[in-house]
Amino acid sequence: MNDDDRVFKALSDPTRRLLLDRLFERDGRTLTDLEFGLEMTRFGVMKHLRILEDAGLVVTRRQGREKLHFLNPVPIRLIHDRWIDKYTERQVSALADLKRELEEEA
Amino acid sequence: MTIETDTRVTTQVYRVYIKATPQAIWDAITKPEWTERYGYGGTAEWDPDLRPGATYRGLTSDAMKAGGAQMGRQVPDVAVDGEVLEANPPRRLVQTWRMTMDEELAAEGYTRLTYEIAETKGGVSKLTVTHELEGAPKLAVLMSGGLEEMGAGGGWSWVLSDLKSLLETGTSMDPEDGLNQG
Repeated sequence: MNDDDRVFKALSDPTRRLLLDRLFERDGRTLTDLEFGLEMTRFGVMKHLRILEDAGLVVTRRQGREKLHFLNPVPIRLIHDRWIDKYTERQVSALADLKRELEEEA
Repeated sequence: MTIETDTRVTTQVYRVYIKATPQAIWDAITKPEWTERYGYGGTAEWDPDLRPGATYRGLTSDAMKAGGAQMGRQVPDVAVDGEVLEANPPRRLVQTWRMTMDEELAAEGYTRLTYEIAETKGGVSKLTVTHELEGAPKLAVLMSGGLEEMGAGGGWSWVLSDLKSLLETGTSMDPEDGLNQG
């Protein structure tokens, strides 16, 4: 699996997307904080966090006795720059071409 | 400029894997001929040189000046200033960091920025940027890319994505891309 595969796979699960949303709301959270209200065992949440960490979407840092989880948006940005930009750019340039053609005809 | 803030978030951590040596990444972060080529494109200046106690200045690029003009503002020559706290090439750089381009951001004072570079497998290095933004909620919004729609660039994710692109392919994105397109 390459880096993009790992990111797409990590994002394919609703619980993992929920965990990312929680970190987006407030960054630098502990496991206890993140698992609050989830209908899942602590072990289950740890497994999801591990997959997010392997994909680079979550970075952990020790602060005193606590392990804090941070959202790392760079892999999503890379996919945006590599994929999304490419396709939206084409739409924009297609529209620009259409506009030019129509204006030339007029 | 009025910026919505969330004071709960004080530290931001960014990580990117780049197929390059730690030295190449170190150079890209610290040498002006490299810092001009990606992200905001500011020119790094270390006075007298890159060691603890030295002054850091990030000089504004032409793109930043053009962008400021478009927003109806005169952009000063120094975009960012700070002081080197720790320099251990090519592994670790710790510095204070203050955005001086905007009065409100400058008033938030100095933040603390740490670059860590580690080698991993297959010629790939891991770059981790930790930005401690205590007391700088507006800068935090800017660096998380929250003002990209306003044409203020996409913050660290944008900068690091561009840095990766530059080191791996030799080309970066258009320097105007992300700056004042909105």
